[in-house]
Amino acid sequence: MELAAPSATNLRVDQPNRAGKAAATQAGLVECVTIRNLSFYYDKHQALKNISLPLYDKRVTAFIGPSGCGKSTLLRVLNRIYDLYPKQRATGEVLLNGENILSPKQDLNLLRARIGMVFQKPTPFPMSIYDNIAFGIRLYEKLGQSEMNQRVEAALRRAALWTEVKDKLKQSGLGLSGGQQQRLCIARGVAVKPQVLLLDEPCSALDPISTSKIEELIDELKSDYCIVIVTHNMQQAARSADFTAFMYLGELTEYGPTEKIFTNPDNPRTQEYITGRFG
Amino acid sequence: MGRYARRRTINSFALAVSLAAALFRLFWLVAILWTLLYNGLTSIDLALFTEMTPPPGSAGGLLNAIFGSVVMTVISTMIGAPIGMLAGTYLAEYGKTGPLAEIVRFINDILLSAPSIVVGLFVYEVMVFRMGHFSAWAGIVALAIIGIPVIVRTTEDMLNLVPNGLREAAAALGSPRWKVITLIAYRAARNGIITAILLAVARVSGETAPLLFTALNNQFWSTDMNAPMASLPVTIFQFALSPYEDWQQLAWGGALLITVTILILNIVARSLAALGSSRG
Repeated sequence: MELAAPSATNLRVDQPNRAGKAAATQAGLVECVTIRNLSFYYDKHQALKNISLPLYDKRVTAFIGPSGCGKSTLLRVLNRIYDLYPKQRATGEVLLNGENILSPKQDLNLLRARIGMVFQKPTPFPMSIYDNIAFGIRLYEKLGQSEMNQRVEAALRRAALWTEVKDKLKQSGLGLSGGQQQRLCIARGVAVKPQVLLLDEPCSALDPISTSKIEELIDELKSDYCIVIVTHNMQQAARSADFTAFMYLGELTEYGPTEKIFTNPDNPRTQEYITGRFG
Repeated sequence: MGRYARRRTINSFALAVSLAAALFRLFWLVAILWTLLYNGLTSIDLALFTEMTPPPGSAGGLLNAIFGSVVMTVISTMIGAPIGMLAGTYLAEYGKTGPLAEIVRFINDILLSAPSIVVGLFVYEVMVFRMGHFSAWAGIVALAIIGIPVIVRTTEDMLNLVPNGLREAAAALGSPRWKVITLIAYRAARNGIITAILLAVARVSGETAPLLFTALNNQFWSTDMNAPMASLPVTIFQFALSPYEDWQQLAWGGALLITVTILILNIVARSLAALGSSRG
Protein backbone atom coordinates (compact mmCIF):
# COMPACT_ATOMS: atom_id res chain seq x y z
CA MET A 1 0.00 0.00 0.00
CA GLU A 2 1.20 3.49 -0.66
CA LEU A 3 0.70 4.34 3.00
CA ALA A 4 3.69 2.85 4.73
CA ALA A 5 2.13 2.58 8.16
CA PRO A 6 4.04 0.59 10.75
CA SER A 7 2.53 -2.83 11.10
CA ALA A 8 1.69 -2.70 14.76
CA THR A 9 -0.42 -5.80 14.96
CA ASN A 10 1.95 -7.52 17.38
CA LEU A 11 1.89 -4.51 19.65
CA ARG A 12 -1.88 -4.66 19.92
CA VAL A 13 -1.93 -8.05 21.57
CA ASP A 14 -0.76 -6.88 24.97
CA GLN A 15 -2.06 -3.36 24.69
CA PRO A 16 -5.79 -3.47 25.22
CA ASN A 17 -6.19 -0.37 27.38
CA ARG A 18 -7.72 2.59 25.62
CA ALA A 19 -5.66 5.32 27.28
CA GLY A 20 -2.43 3.83 26.05
CA LYS A 21 -3.71 3.74 22.55
CA ALA A 22 -4.68 7.38 22.45
CA ALA A 23 -1.02 8.25 22.63
CA ALA A 24 -0.25 5.76 19.89
CA THR A 25 -2.82 7.39 17.60
CA GLN A 26 -1.13 10.73 17.80
CA ALA A 27 2.18 9.18 17.06
CA GLY A 28 0.83 7.37 14.03
CA LEU A 29 -1.67 4.96 12.68
CA VAL A 30 -2.24 1.63 14.35
CA GLU A 31 -3.12 -1.14 12.01
CA CYS A 32 -5.99 -3.07 13.52
CA VAL A 33 -6.79 -5.50 10.75
CA THR A 34 -4.51 -6.55 7.92
CA ILE A 35 -5.98 -8.13 4.82
CA ARG A 36 -3.46 -10.01 2.69
CA ASN A 37 -4.05 -11.65 -0.69
CA LEU A 38 -7.67 -12.32 0.12
CA SER A 39 -9.78 -14.14 -2.43
CA PHE A 40 -13.36 -15.22 -1.91
CA TYR A 41 -15.56 -17.72 -3.67
CA TYR A 42 -19.31 -18.29 -3.78
CA ASP A 43 -19.11 -21.92 -4.78
CA LYS A 44 -17.24 -21.61 -8.10
CA HIS A 45 -17.74 -17.91 -8.66
CA GLN A 46 -14.81 -15.80 -7.52
CA ALA A 47 -16.16 -12.66 -5.88
CA LEU A 48 -12.93 -11.19 -4.47
CA LYS A 49 -9.59 -11.27 -6.23
CA ASN A 50 -6.38 -11.04 -4.27
CA ILE A 51 -7.22 -8.12 -2.03
CA SER A 52 -4.66 -6.58 0.30
CA LEU A 53 -5.57 -3.70 2.54
CA PRO A 54 -4.93 -2.33 6.06
CA LEU A 55 -7.72 -1.20 8.38
CA TYR A 56 -6.61 1.33 10.98
CA ASP A 57 -7.72 1.62 14.55
CA LYS A 58 -9.64 4.78 15.43
CA ARG A 59 -10.20 5.49 11.79
CA VAL A 60 -13.11 5.01 9.44
CA THR A 61 -12.42 3.09 6.27
CA ALA A 62 -15.07 3.14 3.55
CA PHE A 63 -15.55 0.50 0.85
CA ILE A 64 -17.14 2.01 -2.23
CA GLY A 65 -17.86 0.75 -5.72
CA PRO A 66 -20.70 -0.22 -8.03
CA SER A 67 -23.20 -2.94 -7.08
CA GLY A 68 -21.72 -6.43 -7.19
CA CYS A 69 -18.14 -5.20 -6.87
CA GLY A 70 -17.61 -7.28 -3.73
CA LYS A 71 -17.56 -4.59 -1.06
CA SER A 72 -20.22 -6.25 1.10
CA THR A 73 -18.56 -9.60 0.53
CA LEU A 74 -15.28 -8.19 1.79
CA LEU A 75 -17.04 -6.88 4.89
CA ARG A 76 -18.67 -10.25 5.50
CA VAL A 77 -15.28 -11.94 5.42
CA LEU A 78 -14.00 -9.81 8.29
CA ASN A 79 -16.26 -11.49 10.89
CA ARG A 80 -16.62 -14.68 8.89
CA ILE A 81 -20.39 -14.32 8.86
CA TYR A 82 -20.22 -16.03 5.46
CA ASP A 83 -19.47 -19.23 7.38
CA LEU A 84 -23.18 -19.52 8.15
CA TYR A 85 -23.69 -20.59 4.56
CA PRO A 86 -22.31 -23.63 2.82
CA LYS A 87 -20.14 -23.40 -0.28
CA GLN A 88 -18.67 -20.01 0.56
CA ARG A 89 -14.94 -19.91 1.22
CA ALA A 90 -12.06 -17.48 1.53
CA THR A 91 -8.35 -17.89 0.87
CA GLY A 92 -5.49 -15.63 1.94
CA GLU A 93 -5.01 -13.96 5.29
CA VAL A 94 -6.95 -11.59 7.49
CA LEU A 95 -4.92 -10.71 10.55
CA LEU A 96 -6.56 -9.41 13.72
CA ASN A 97 -4.20 -8.96 16.67
CA GLY A 98 -1.64 -10.92 14.71
CA GLU A 99 -3.86 -13.98 14.30
CA ASN A 100 -5.20 -15.16 10.98
CA ILE A 101 -8.96 -15.23 11.49
CA LEU A 102 -9.45 -17.30 8.35
CA SER A 103 -7.72 -20.20 10.06
CA PRO A 104 -10.02 -23.20 10.57
CA LYS A 105 -8.97 -23.20 14.23
CA GLN A 106 -10.46 -19.74 14.78
CA ASP A 107 -13.31 -19.76 17.31
CA LEU A 108 -15.99 -18.00 15.30
CA ASN A 109 -18.15 -16.97 18.23
CA LEU A 110 -15.23 -15.31 20.01
CA LEU A 111 -14.18 -13.64 16.77
CA ARG A 112 -17.66 -12.21 16.19
CA ALA A 113 -17.79 -10.99 19.77
CA ARG A 114 -14.71 -8.89 18.99
CA ILE A 115 -16.03 -7.60 15.67
CA GLY A 116 -19.43 -5.94 15.75
CA MET A 117 -21.62 -5.73 12.67
CA VAL A 118 -24.56 -3.56 11.69
CA PHE A 119 -26.63 -4.53 8.67
CA GLN A 120 -28.33 -2.68 5.88
CA LYS A 121 -31.80 -3.40 7.21
CA PRO A 122 -32.21 -2.74 10.92
CA THR A 123 -32.45 -6.09 12.69
CA PRO A 124 -33.82 -5.54 16.18
CA PHE A 125 -34.51 -8.81 17.96
CA PRO A 126 -38.15 -9.52 18.82
CA MET A 127 -37.69 -8.55 22.46
CA SER A 128 -37.57 -5.44 24.63
CA ILE A 129 -35.14 -2.60 23.95
CA TYR A 130 -33.30 -3.49 27.15
CA ASP A 131 -33.02 -7.16 26.24
CA ASN A 132 -31.85 -6.30 22.74
CA ILE A 133 -28.75 -4.74 24.31
CA ALA A 134 -28.40 -7.25 27.15
CA PHE A 135 -28.61 -10.23 24.78
CA GLY A 136 -25.06 -9.83 23.48
CA ILE A 137 -23.60 -8.96 26.89
CA ARG A 138 -25.17 -12.05 28.49
CA LEU A 139 -23.49 -14.27 25.92
CA TYR A 140 -20.05 -13.69 27.38
CA GLU A 141 -20.46 -11.99 30.72
CA LYS A 142 -22.36 -12.77 33.89
CA LEU A 143 -23.36 -9.44 35.37
CA GLY A 144 -25.53 -8.43 38.32
CA GLN A 145 -28.67 -6.43 37.71
CA SER A 146 -27.22 -3.00 38.49
CA GLU A 147 -24.07 -3.62 36.50
CA MET A 148 -26.15 -4.80 33.56
CA ASN A 149 -28.33 -1.69 33.82
CA GLN A 150 -25.22 0.45 33.65
CA ARG A 151 -23.89 -1.39 30.62
CA VAL A 152 -27.20 -1.09 28.79
CA GLU A 153 -27.42 2.60 29.58
CA ALA A 154 -23.82 3.20 28.52
CA ALA A 155 -24.37 1.42 25.21
CA LEU A 156 -27.57 3.35 24.49
CA ARG A 157 -25.87 6.62 25.36
CA ARG A 158 -22.96 5.71 23.11
CA ALA A 159 -25.42 5.22 20.25
CA ALA A 160 -27.18 8.54 21.02
CA LEU A 161 -30.43 6.71 21.74
CA TRP A 162 -30.67 6.89 25.52
CA THR A 163 -32.75 10.06 25.85
CA GLU A 164 -35.28 8.74 23.33
CA VAL A 165 -35.80 5.32 24.90
CA LYS A 166 -34.91 5.63 28.60
CA ASP A 167 -38.59 5.64 29.61
CA LYS A 168 -39.57 2.63 27.50
CA LEU A 169 -36.75 0.16 27.92
CA LYS A 170 -39.24 -2.64 28.54
CA GLN A 171 -41.08 -2.02 25.28
CA SER A 172 -40.40 -4.04 22.16
CA GLY A 173 -37.49 -2.93 20.00
CA LEU A 174 -39.73 -3.49 16.98
CA GLY A 175 -41.81 -0.47 17.97
CA LEU A 176 -38.99 2.01 17.28
CA SER A 177 -38.62 3.96 14.05
CA GLY A 178 -36.19 2.74 11.40
CA GLY A 179 -33.47 5.19 12.40
CA GLN A 180 -33.91 4.37 16.08
CA GLN A 181 -33.81 0.65 15.29
CA GLN A 182 -30.53 1.12 13.45
CA ARG A 183 -29.05 3.03 16.38
CA LEU A 184 -30.34 0.27 18.66
CA CYS A 185 -28.39 -2.21 16.52
CA ILE A 186 -25.28 -0.04 16.80
CA ALA A 187 -25.78 0.13 20.58
CA ARG A 188 -26.15 -3.64 20.65
CA GLY A 189 -22.92 -3.95 18.71
CA VAL A 190 -20.87 -1.63 20.94
CA ALA A 191 -22.35 -3.10 24.14
CA VAL A 192 -20.15 -6.18 23.82
CA LYS A 193 -17.04 -3.97 23.57
CA PRO A 194 -15.70 -5.04 20.19
CA GLN A 195 -12.47 -3.78 18.61
CA VAL A 196 -13.88 -3.39 15.14
CA LEU A 197 -17.30 -2.20 13.93
CA LEU A 198 -18.49 -3.30 10.50
CA LEU A 199 -21.30 -1.22 8.99
CA ASP A 200 -22.93 -2.66 5.89
CA GLU A 201 -24.77 0.21 4.19
CA PRO A 202 -26.19 1.24 7.57
CA CYS A 203 -28.12 4.22 6.19
CA SER A 204 -29.51 2.93 2.93
CA ALA A 205 -32.89 2.18 4.49
CA LEU A 206 -33.08 5.43 6.43
CA ASP A 207 -34.39 8.95 5.84
CA PRO A 208 -31.92 11.88 5.61
CA ILE A 209 -32.37 13.01 9.22
CA SER A 210 -31.71 9.53 10.60
CA THR A 211 -28.80 9.23 8.19
CA SER A 212 -27.14 12.37 9.50
CA LYS A 213 -27.63 11.12 13.06
CA ILE A 214 -25.92 7.85 12.22
CA GLU A 215 -23.09 9.73 10.50
CA GLU A 216 -22.55 11.92 13.55
CA LEU A 217 -22.50 8.76 15.59
CA ILE A 218 -19.89 7.15 13.35
CA ASP A 219 -17.74 10.21 13.78
CA GLU A 220 -17.97 9.91 17.56
CA LEU A 221 -17.49 6.16 17.67
CA LYS A 222 -14.28 6.26 15.72
CA SER A 223 -12.46 7.58 18.77
CA ASP A 224 -12.84 4.08 20.21
CA TYR A 225 -13.07 1.64 17.34
CA CYS A 226 -11.72 0.63 14.00
CA ILE A 227 -14.75 1.29 11.80
CA VAL A 228 -15.38 -0.11 8.36
CA ILE A 229 -18.36 1.13 6.36
CA VAL A 230 -19.74 -0.11 3.09
CA THR A 231 -21.71 2.56 1.31
CA HIS A 232 -23.31 3.35 -2.01
CA ASN A 233 -23.48 6.96 -1.08
CA MET A 234 -20.32 8.73 -2.14
CA GLN A 235 -21.04 11.88 -0.16
CA GLN A 236 -21.30 9.66 2.89
CA ALA A 237 -17.91 8.11 2.19
CA ALA A 238 -16.40 11.54 1.62
CA ARG A 239 -17.94 12.90 4.83
CA SER A 240 -17.31 10.01 7.18
CA ALA A 241 -14.26 8.08 6.06
CA ASP A 242 -10.58 8.72 6.69
CA PHE A 243 -9.59 6.09 4.17
CA THR A 244 -11.45 4.88 1.14
CA ALA A 245 -11.11 1.71 -0.88
CA PHE A 246 -12.63 1.72 -4.35
CA MET A 247 -13.54 -1.74 -5.57
CA TYR A 248 -14.52 -2.89 -9.01
CA LEU A 249 -15.40 -6.39 -10.22
CA GLY A 250 -13.98 -8.06 -7.14
CA GLU A 251 -10.70 -6.22 -7.27
CA LEU A 252 -9.34 -3.42 -5.15
CA THR A 253 -8.85 -0.72 -7.75
CA GLU A 254 -7.56 1.98 -5.50
CA TYR A 255 -7.03 2.61 -1.81
CA GLY A 256 -5.84 5.70 0.00
CA PRO A 257 -6.78 8.64 2.18
CA THR A 258 -10.34 9.70 1.37
CA GLU A 259 -9.27 13.17 0.36
CA LYS A 260 -6.91 11.82 -2.26
CA ILE A 261 -9.41 9.29 -3.64
CA PHE A 262 -12.05 11.98 -4.04
CA THR A 263 -9.88 14.80 -5.34
CA ASN A 264 -6.98 13.25 -7.15
CA PRO A 265 -7.36 9.52 -7.75
CA ASP A 266 -4.61 7.67 -9.58
CA ASN A 267 -6.87 5.28 -11.41
CA PRO A 268 -9.07 6.63 -14.22
CA ARG A 269 -11.86 4.21 -13.29
CA THR A 270 -11.98 5.59 -9.76
CA GLN A 271 -12.20 9.04 -11.29
CA GLU A 272 -15.13 7.95 -13.47
CA TYR A 273 -16.97 6.36 -10.57
CA ILE A 274 -16.66 9.21 -8.11
CA THR A 275 -17.71 11.74 -10.72
CA GLY A 276 -20.78 9.61 -11.43
CA ARG A 277 -19.93 8.59 -14.97
CA PHE A 278 -20.71 4.96 -14.24
CA GLY A 279 -21.85 2.75 -11.39
CA MET B 1 -68.94 -4.89 -29.72
CA GLY B 2 -65.65 -3.18 -29.05
CA ARG B 3 -62.71 -4.86 -27.46
CA TYR B 4 -63.09 -2.93 -24.24
CA ALA B 5 -66.73 -3.89 -23.84
CA ARG B 6 -65.84 -7.49 -24.54
CA ARG B 7 -63.21 -7.48 -21.80
CA ARG B 8 -65.69 -5.99 -19.39
CA THR B 9 -68.22 -8.70 -20.19
CA ILE B 10 -65.67 -11.46 -19.71
CA ASN B 11 -64.54 -9.85 -16.48
CA SER B 12 -68.05 -9.68 -15.06
CA PHE B 13 -68.68 -13.26 -16.12
CA ALA B 14 -65.52 -14.53 -14.38
CA LEU B 15 -66.37 -12.50 -11.31
CA ALA B 16 -69.90 -13.92 -11.21
CA VAL B 17 -68.70 -17.51 -11.58
CA SER B 18 -66.08 -17.25 -8.83
CA LEU B 19 -68.55 -15.48 -6.57
CA ALA B 20 -71.08 -18.25 -7.18
CA ALA B 21 -68.44 -20.89 -6.34
CA ALA B 22 -67.54 -19.10 -3.13
CA LEU B 23 -71.19 -18.76 -2.12
CA PHE B 24 -71.83 -22.42 -2.97
CA ARG B 25 -69.04 -23.41 -0.61
CA LEU B 26 -70.21 -21.05 2.07
CA PHE B 27 -73.74 -22.42 1.73
CA TRP B 28 -72.66 -25.93 2.73
CA LEU B 29 -70.61 -24.68 5.63
CA VAL B 30 -73.56 -22.69 6.94
CA ALA B 31 -75.88 -25.64 6.27
CA ILE B 32 -73.68 -27.95 8.32
CA LEU B 33 -73.41 -25.50 11.18
CA TRP B 34 -77.13 -24.80 11.10
CA THR B 35 -78.04 -28.50 11.10
CA LEU B 36 -75.70 -29.06 14.01
CA LEU B 37 -77.14 -26.16 15.95
CA TYR B 38 -80.73 -27.09 15.12
CA ASN B 39 -80.33 -30.72 16.16
CA GLY B 40 -77.65 -30.42 18.78
CA LEU B 41 -78.56 -27.34 20.73
CA THR B 42 -81.45 -29.09 22.49
CA SER B 43 -79.11 -31.73 23.89
CA ILE B 44 -76.66 -29.22 25.30
CA ASP B 45 -77.49 -29.13 28.98
CA LEU B 46 -75.72 -29.66 32.26
CA ALA B 47 -76.27 -33.43 32.12
CA LEU B 48 -74.23 -33.60 28.92
CA PHE B 49 -71.15 -32.51 30.87
CA THR B 50 -71.86 -34.29 34.17
CA GLU B 51 -73.28 -37.71 33.35
CA MET B 52 -71.87 -40.82 31.75
CA THR B 53 -72.96 -42.27 28.44
CA PRO B 54 -76.23 -44.07 29.22
CA PRO B 55 -77.55 -47.45 28.13
CA PRO B 56 -80.25 -47.12 25.48
CA GLY B 57 -83.53 -45.82 26.80
CA SER B 58 -82.25 -43.86 29.79
CA ALA B 59 -80.93 -40.37 30.32
CA GLY B 60 -77.23 -39.55 30.44
CA GLY B 61 -74.44 -37.36 29.17
CA LEU B 62 -71.04 -37.54 27.53
CA LEU B 63 -68.73 -36.90 30.47
CA ASN B 64 -66.60 -40.03 30.00
CA ALA B 65 -66.25 -39.34 26.27
CA ILE B 66 -65.36 -35.68 26.81
CA PHE B 67 -62.83 -36.68 29.46
CA GLY B 68 -61.33 -39.35 27.20
CA SER B 69 -61.03 -36.98 24.27
CA VAL B 70 -59.38 -34.29 26.39
CA VAL B 71 -56.94 -36.72 28.04
CA MET B 72 -55.91 -38.45 24.82
CA THR B 73 -55.62 -35.20 22.86
CA VAL B 74 -53.60 -33.45 25.57
CA ILE B 75 -51.18 -36.34 26.18
CA SER B 76 -50.68 -37.02 22.47
CA THR B 77 -49.94 -33.31 21.99
CA MET B 78 -47.46 -33.38 24.87
CA ILE B 79 -45.69 -36.25 23.14
CA GLY B 80 -46.08 -34.98 19.59
CA ALA B 81 -45.35 -31.27 20.03
CA PRO B 82 -41.71 -31.58 21.18
CA ILE B 83 -40.94 -34.25 18.57
CA GLY B 84 -42.62 -32.26 15.81
CA MET B 85 -40.97 -29.00 16.83
CA LEU B 86 -37.51 -30.55 17.00
CA ALA B 87 -37.92 -32.26 13.64
CA GLY B 88 -39.22 -29.03 12.10
CA THR B 89 -36.25 -27.19 13.62
CA TYR B 90 -33.87 -29.71 12.09
CA LEU B 91 -35.42 -29.23 8.65
CA ALA B 92 -35.42 -25.43 8.78
CA GLU B 93 -32.17 -24.73 10.63
CA TYR B 94 -29.81 -27.64 10.05
CA GLY B 95 -30.87 -30.02 7.30
CA LYS B 96 -32.17 -27.37 4.90
CA THR B 97 -31.68 -28.87 1.44
CA GLY B 98 -29.43 -31.74 2.50
CA PRO B 99 -30.30 -35.27 1.43
CA LEU B 100 -31.50 -36.41 4.86
CA ALA B 101 -33.72 -33.34 5.19
CA GLU B 102 -35.21 -33.93 1.75
CA ILE B 103 -36.05 -37.52 2.66
CA VAL B 104 -37.55 -36.55 6.02
CA ARG B 105 -39.57 -33.79 4.33
CA PHE B 106 -40.86 -36.18 1.69
CA ILE B 107 -41.88 -38.85 4.19
CA ASN B 108 -43.43 -36.23 6.44
CA ASP B 109 -45.55 -34.98 3.56
CA ILE B 110 -46.72 -38.53 2.91
CA LEU B 111 -47.62 -38.96 6.59
CA LEU B 112 -49.39 -35.63 6.49
CA SER B 113 -51.83 -36.90 3.92
CA ALA B 114 -51.87 -40.56 4.97
CA PRO B 115 -55.42 -41.85 5.63
CA SER B 116 -55.86 -41.86 9.38
CA ILE B 117 -57.39 -45.34 9.27
CA VAL B 118 -54.01 -46.65 8.11
CA VAL B 119 -52.38 -45.09 11.16
CA GLY B 120 -55.06 -46.76 13.32
CA LEU B 121 -54.41 -50.15 11.76
CA PHE B 122 -50.66 -49.71 12.18
CA VAL B 123 -50.96 -48.95 15.89
CA TYR B 124 -53.44 -51.81 16.25
CA GLU B 125 -50.85 -54.14 14.79
CA VAL B 126 -47.83 -52.96 16.79
CA MET B 127 -49.51 -52.15 20.10
CA VAL B 128 -53.04 -53.46 20.57
CA PHE B 129 -52.38 -56.85 19.04
CA ARG B 130 -49.18 -57.40 21.00
CA MET B 131 -50.55 -56.12 24.29
CA GLY B 132 -53.64 -58.19 23.81
CA HIS B 133 -56.12 -55.41 24.58
CA PHE B 134 -57.28 -51.98 23.48
CA SER B 135 -55.96 -49.10 25.53
CA ALA B 136 -55.90 -45.33 25.88
CA TRP B 137 -52.14 -45.43 25.35
CA ALA B 138 -52.58 -46.98 21.94
CA GLY B 139 -55.07 -44.22 21.11
CA ILE B 140 -52.58 -41.60 22.26
CA VAL B 141 -49.81 -43.04 20.08
CA ALA B 142 -52.11 -43.11 17.04
CA LEU B 143 -53.16 -39.50 17.60
CA ALA B 144 -49.54 -38.42 18.10
CA ILE B 145 -48.54 -40.05 14.81
CA ILE B 146 -51.27 -38.05 13.09
CA GLY B 147 -50.43 -34.78 14.85
CA ILE B 148 -46.64 -34.83 14.46
CA PRO B 149 -46.48 -34.24 10.67
CA VAL B 150 -48.71 -31.18 11.02
CA ILE B 151 -46.40 -29.71 13.65
CA VAL B 152 -43.22 -30.61 11.70
CA ARG B 153 -44.49 -28.94 8.57
CA THR B 154 -45.81 -25.81 10.20
CA THR B 155 -42.79 -25.36 12.48
CA GLU B 156 -40.49 -25.56 9.47
CA ASP B 157 -42.62 -23.07 7.53
CA MET B 158 -42.72 -20.66 10.45
CA LEU B 159 -38.95 -20.84 11.02
CA ASN B 160 -38.39 -20.25 7.32
CA LEU B 161 -40.39 -17.04 7.64
CA VAL B 162 -37.90 -15.69 10.19
CA PRO B 163 -35.63 -13.38 8.18
CA ASN B 164 -32.05 -14.59 7.84
CA GLY B 165 -30.93 -11.10 8.80
CA LEU B 166 -32.05 -11.80 12.36
CA ARG B 167 -29.97 -14.98 12.51
CA GLU B 168 -26.98 -13.15 11.03
CA ALA B 169 -27.38 -10.31 13.51
CA ALA B 170 -27.41 -12.72 16.44
CA ALA B 171 -24.47 -14.68 15.05
CA ALA B 172 -22.57 -11.42 14.47
CA LEU B 173 -22.72 -10.75 18.22
CA GLY B 174 -20.90 -14.00 18.82
CA SER B 175 -23.94 -16.08 19.62
CA PRO B 176 -23.53 -19.84 19.18
CA ARG B 177 -25.95 -21.47 16.80
CA TRP B 178 -28.16 -23.15 19.37
CA LYS B 179 -28.70 -19.80 21.08
CA VAL B 180 -29.50 -18.16 17.77
CA ILE B 181 -32.21 -20.78 17.29
CA THR B 182 -33.62 -20.99 20.81
CA LEU B 183 -33.37 -17.32 21.81
CA ILE B 184 -33.96 -15.57 18.48
CA ALA B 185 -35.57 -17.79 15.84
CA TYR B 186 -38.02 -19.49 18.23
CA ARG B 187 -38.96 -16.17 19.73
CA ALA B 188 -39.58 -14.62 16.33
CA ALA B 189 -41.63 -17.65 15.25
CA ARG B 190 -43.32 -18.20 18.59
CA ASN B 191 -46.88 -17.36 17.57
CA GLY B 192 -46.54 -19.41 14.42
CA ILE B 193 -45.35 -22.45 16.33
CA ILE B 194 -48.16 -22.13 18.87
CA THR B 195 -50.52 -21.92 15.91
CA ALA B 196 -48.99 -25.12 14.55
CA ILE B 197 -49.65 -26.93 17.79
CA LEU B 198 -53.22 -25.63 18.06
CA LEU B 199 -53.94 -26.71 14.49
CA ALA B 200 -52.57 -30.15 15.30
CA VAL B 201 -54.81 -30.32 18.37
CA ALA B 202 -57.79 -29.32 16.24
CA ARG B 203 -56.92 -31.97 13.67
CA VAL B 204 -56.34 -34.72 16.23
CA SER B 205 -59.35 -34.01 18.43
CA GLY B 206 -61.76 -34.83 15.64
CA GLU B 207 -60.13 -38.09 14.52
CA THR B 208 -62.33 -41.17 14.72
CA ALA B 209 -60.82 -43.92 12.59
CA PRO B 210 -57.47 -44.30 14.41
CA LEU B 211 -59.28 -44.47 17.78
CA LEU B 212 -61.66 -47.23 16.64
CA PHE B 213 -58.70 -49.58 16.37
CA THR B 214 -56.80 -48.42 19.42
CA ALA B 215 -58.69 -46.83 22.32
CA LEU B 216 -61.92 -48.42 21.17
CA ASN B 217 -64.64 -47.01 23.41
CA ASN B 218 -65.90 -47.32 26.93
CA GLN B 219 -69.44 -47.02 28.22
CA PHE B 220 -68.21 -46.25 31.70
CA TRP B 221 -66.04 -43.78 33.53
CA SER B 222 -62.43 -44.92 33.27
CA THR B 223 -59.13 -43.25 34.02
CA ASP B 224 -57.10 -46.40 33.43
CA MET B 225 -54.73 -45.63 30.57
CA ASN B 226 -54.22 -49.35 29.95
CA ALA B 227 -57.92 -49.93 29.41
CA PRO B 228 -60.19 -48.90 26.54
CA MET B 229 -61.22 -45.26 26.79
CA ALA B 230 -64.22 -43.40 25.45
CA SER B 231 -63.81 -40.42 23.13
CA LEU B 232 -66.21 -37.96 21.57
CA PRO B 233 -65.70 -38.91 17.91
CA VAL B 234 -66.06 -42.66 18.50
CA THR B 235 -69.08 -42.14 20.76
CA ILE B 236 -70.68 -39.94 18.11
CA PHE B 237 -69.94 -42.62 15.52
CA GLN B 238 -71.50 -45.35 17.65
CA PHE B 239 -74.51 -43.37 18.90
CA ALA B 240 -75.36 -41.75 15.58
CA LEU B 241 -75.54 -45.11 13.85
CA SER B 242 -77.65 -46.66 16.61
CA PRO B 243 -81.41 -47.05 16.26
CA TYR B 244 -82.09 -45.42 19.65
CA GLU B 245 -83.40 -41.90 19.53
CA ASP B 246 -81.85 -40.72 22.83
CA TRP B 247 -78.44 -41.96 21.68
CA GLN B 248 -78.86 -40.11 18.41
CA GLN B 249 -79.73 -36.95 20.35
CA LEU B 250 -76.53 -37.29 22.40
CA ALA B 251 -74.56 -37.78 19.19
CA TRP B 252 -75.91 -34.46 17.86
CA GLY B 253 -74.91 -32.78 21.09
CA GLY B 254 -71.43 -34.28 20.92
CA ALA B 255 -71.03 -33.29 17.29
CA LEU B 256 -71.98 -29.71 18.07
CA LEU B 257 -69.61 -29.67 21.02
CA ILE B 258 -66.62 -30.94 19.04
CA THR B 259 -67.30 -28.63 16.09
CA VAL B 260 -67.53 -25.57 18.30
CA THR B 261 -64.33 -26.58 20.11
CA ILE B 262 -62.43 -27.00 16.85
CA LEU B 263 -63.88 -23.76 15.54
CA ILE B 264 -62.64 -21.92 18.62
CA LEU B 265 -59.20 -23.55 18.37
CA ASN B 266 -58.94 -22.46 14.75
CA ILE B 267 -60.02 -18.91 15.51
CA VAL B 268 -57.46 -18.65 18.32
CA ALA B 269 -54.76 -20.12 16.05
CA ARG B 270 -55.62 -17.70 13.26
CA SER B 271 -55.66 -14.63 15.45
CA LEU B 272 -52.32 -15.66 16.96
CA ALA B 273 -50.87 -16.06 13.49
CA ALA B 274 -52.24 -12.66 12.47
CA LEU B 275 -50.74 -11.13 15.59
CA GLY B 276 -47.41 -12.69 14.71
CA SER B 277 -47.33 -11.34 11.17
CA SER B 278 -48.40 -7.84 12.18
CA ARG B 279 -45.50 -7.67 14.60
CA GLY B 280 -43.16 -8.46 11.77
